[in-house]
Amino acid sequence: MMRVDYDVIVVGGGHAGCEAAAAAARMGSKVLLISMNMQTIAQMSCNPAMGGVAKGQIVREIDALGGYSGIVSDRTAIQFRMLNRSKGPAMWSPRTQNDRMMFAALWRQMLEETEGVHFWQDAVVELLLADSGTRVEGVRTAMGTHFLARAVVLTTGTFLNGLMHVGEKQQRGGRSGEHASYGISEQLMALGFTTGRMKTGTPPRIDGRSLNYSKMEEQRGDEHPGKFSFTDTRPLERQRSCWITYTNEAVHDLLRTGFDRSPMYNGSIKGLGPRYCPSIEDKINRFAERDRHQIFVEPEGWNTVEMYINGFSTSLPQEVQYAALRKIPGFEQARMFRPGYAIEYDYFPPTQLRPSLETKNVEGLFFAGQINGTTGYEEAACQGLLAGANANLAINDRQSLVLSRSEAYIGVLIDDLINKGTDEPYRMFTSRAEHRILLRQDNADIRLSEIAFRNGLIGEDRHTRVEQKVRNVESITKFLRQKTAEPKEVNPVLIDHEEAPINQKVKWGSILLRPGIGIRELSAASGHLSSFLVDFPEEDAEQAEIQWKYRSYIEREEEQARRMSNLDHIYLKPDFNFQTIRALSHEGREKLSAMRPESLGQASRLSGVSPADISILMVYLNKGAEWKH
Amino acid sequence: MNRASDGTTIVALASPQGLGAVALIRLSGSSSAQIVSSLCRAEESVVPQLDRRARLWRLYDGGELLDESVVTGFAGPRSYTGEDVVELGVHASPYIIERVLRLCLKAGARMAEPGEFTLRAFLNGRLDLSQAEAVADLIAADSPAAHRMAVHQMRGGLSERIGRFREQLIDLAALLELELDFSEEDVAFADRTTLRGLLVDVRAELASLRAGYRAGQMAREGVATVIAGRPNAGKSTLLNALLGEEKAIVSPIPGTTRDVVEDVLQIGGVKFRLLDTAGLRVTADSVEQMGVDRTRDRMQRAALVLFVFDPAHHHSPQQVHEELEGLHTGDAMVLPVANKCDVPENRLRIDEPEWRSALPNLLVISGLTGDGLSELRSALRDMVDALGLSSEVLVAHLRHDELLGRADTELKKVELGMESGLPTELLAAHLRAALRHLGEITGAVDADDLLGAIFSRFCIGK
Repeated sequence: MMRVDYDVIVVGGGHAGCEAAAAAARMGSKVLLISMNMQTIAQMSCNPAMGGVAKGQIVREIDALGGYSGIVSDRTAIQFRMLNRSKGPAMWSPRTQNDRMMFAALWRQMLEETEGVHFWQDAVVELLLADSGTRVEGVRTAMGTHFLARAVVLTTGTFLNGLMHVGEKQQRGGRSGEHASYGISEQLMALGFTTGRMKTGTPPRIDGRSLNYSKMEEQRGDEHPGKFSFTDTRPLERQRSCWITYTNEAVHDLLRTGFDRSPMYNGSIKGLGPRYCPSIEDKINRFAERDRHQIFVEPEGWNTVEMYINGFSTSLPQEVQYAALRKIPGFEQARMFRPGYAIEYDYFPPTQLRPSLETKNVEGLFFAGQINGTTGYEEAACQGLLAGANANLAINDRQSLVLSRSEAYIGVLIDDLINKGTDEPYRMFTSRAEHRILLRQDNADIRLSEIAFRNGLIGEDRHTRVEQKVRNVESITKFLRQKTAEPKEVNPVLIDHEEAPINQKVKWGSILLRPGIGIRELSAASGHLSSFLVDFPEEDAEQAEIQWKYRSYIEREEEQARRMSNLDHIYLKPDFNFQTIRALSHEGREKLSAMRPESLGQASRLSGVSPADISILMVYLNKGAEWKH
Repeated sequence: MNRASDGTTIVALASPQGLGAVALIRLSGSSSAQIVSSLCRAEESVVPQLDRRARLWRLYDGGELLDESVVTGFAGPRSYTGEDVVELGVHASPYIIERVLRLCLKAGARMAEPGEFTLRAFLNGRLDLSQAEAVADLIAADSPAAHRMAVHQMRGGLSERIGRFREQLIDLAALLELELDFSEEDVAFADRTTLRGLLVDVRAELASLRAGYRAGQMAREGVATVIAGRPNAGKSTLLNALLGEEKAIVSPIPGTTRDVVEDVLQIGGVKFRLLDTAGLRVTADSVEQMGVDRTRDRMQRAALVLFVFDPAHHHSPQQVHEELEGLHTGDAMVLPVANKCDVPENRLRIDEPEWRSALPNLLVISGLTGDGLSELRSALRDMVDALGLSSEVLVAHLRHDELLGRADTELKKVELGMESGLPTELLAAHLRAALRHLGEITGAVDADDLLGAIFSRFCIGK
């Protein structure tokens, strides 16, 4: 029996596992990444794309925290689009189409180049536990190998008791062509964990050579593509297009012929699927009045003919999928590479976790990704990063890294998961963030660099660069606030925008507050402004502009955030006995006892805990003395 | 959210309601003194001393004298809550208490939540830890009671109405969020006209809830009814006749009534608070002029105005109309009353058909003989329905009215923003603020509610 000791073992090599291994290793841990298949590390199991609304912001945050997802996405992108451009900057959301094979290959390469990351190919079948099952100390693999470590991060994705469905056919497995994983769920249940089933689906893959694109609309990338990473990755010089087509009644009629054999409707799928990512059969069933649905044809890479048929996720029998697809305009001669399928898997309701993503029941055991009931590469990756970082912090007796709801979408995500739990696969939306104006893609580095640097996730050079950026933005803001514009400089711009011209000197700041007036345009029209801005990177001027235009809203949300953080910094001892406080409402007492919140802020966000309960807790904590600002 | 130490100044009635002749209104927080100083007249502007000494103050609402009050200030930390505290002893009239509280809110205070003074006292170390349990019990006892107030104090059908209102809000917010989170989806986004329509509905519902509050207030405190008219039109005589006692000083000299006289009349189970006023005329007498200013001020706040005139001085109904316009009666309902109709010439004039057609709700009375008074009483009773007094009393608590008011301010910003092309995420920011204020009344509306509404109505997802 071979035995090598590690600091942190990461089980699973998907987006969560990769970021977890990278984060823990960057912070100095000796990490073992165990994957059932070394060839499928960082697979994009579903669509070949990263980012999107709210998700793009998460990728930027991962990048600001030193994670690799942004860099890998930039370097393997085949198309870039900034979504929501017509809305304000808080809504701008970067998204890339990626080369699936390059993406996985580059991730593996970056992990291999990360000092402290080691690999092992095998299936983990059991956790090694100590102290009567309350502390993890390693894992046992299917081959019988024992690996010891002080922390274990489980990122099992769809592999725990995975079961795939295509029509009436069922096949055990964690992903098309790959084995499922058994044993861990049962062991955790025996330890008192509760578990549930979730379901997700994926569409068929098609041979691009068999499609007629002249019947589809082309969707090009941005003319001036941006990127995810704050590091020096380069924007794309050439891009591949996606294609848009639509289903029709003939497609729907054919699909309906398979409903009686659909695992969705004949009861063979027990898990709950996401409402916002429905299968095509679900769409035509629930929205019967719609005579068409949009289909995106997305290339899987630079040099492949494989196409991902976004919008056509299905688990209907293979021949039904095939017949229906061929009724879609442009798909008359379509050849399939593989059918769509649904997959069911085990997850563990995330209310069993601490804010650090460590389980409440077993010390040293962390969960990240779909095991926590989330969906999406970005959601998984950011949890992995935090779990990996917190595994390192825990074994070094350092305070865990917890992002607040006003600091990052990642903070919103984890806070939602651990306090509210989730019944359906959890995906991020901007509407989940109450401080949406603060959590922009443009300022992720400003929000998170300090935290990343303090925890050893990024180096000094990156941190210094962001500090310089902050100083630049302050200088530009000072200029806007103090310096005045001459009528002759700005009136042509104002008149162009049908804004009232000025007839005396006016502060640059007040000109910039007018709707539709941008700093770049003003700078082009004024030698005065452009000669000042020439010393600053364009990105910094844009940052100053966004902060200036949003100022009153930013201040308002910061004020709310400040009030919230007061409560977040009042900690509750792990052994705090809520049952003895009879003044608490019955429901509040039960909920608090069950959830064991770590702070008063967390307690206040639990459903069933009233503001009165929080006041009562404050009284009991006798926080009077430390409470003043 | 939490109530302690959010930097705000809180205010509430600190003495039991309906007991005693003097009511105690307490403010706690760093702005207490500044807020109270806004209750005195600009020219007398002083800030209360926080020296634990009682002083007699006159409290004003703008130009109008509200009450004489014993004002005592306590500097933190040597105060009940440990913060700066100002206490106002005012006459225990619900009307005065409410007006003073409202003025404090307007000046920046916020209504204290149940147990909040005690909680602040505890958190600032003013109470012994051994009292913790007692304080906790107090909060526990107060809060559900306050919450029940929002639901149970109001009569039947309320929870349904609040539920519908909540649905309306979710609909509106969901449509905005749809544009933000699902801009890439192939769904029909609501145009601005549709959104504005929804917003107008929401604001109308909110206004109706607030009207319910005012109705409840009127039920408790009486319908504010101003008796207005030119000097010597017989207003005081009318008041006395209605009350059946010599309340106001009556004399044939114009301008005898220089202050506002108040009394309560019960008609058909409804209280009318009758306010006799100084006659409306331009006067050289400055004391009388102050009375006239007050009359106008009262007029703005009245629910009902009885406009009394002497037909000997009003030759045509147009003249009455013109004078009424000049009164700026605000939202009040106006009832024209022709007085002194015991005089035959007056009677003759008023019976001309042009008067009846121009002033269909005209009442013809004689304060002196009592003729027409029973018609006036029944007309007053009929006004009750028009005032919405018989509708459900929906919002029974000043705090809830305050929250509704704040929410409406935000909703108004959404409406203006739609006109000026404010970006959707900023419209949504105002709408979210409104939802936060309304949470206590409608139950919290969170992201899951909005996403649920979106997924159930729109085909989302690739």
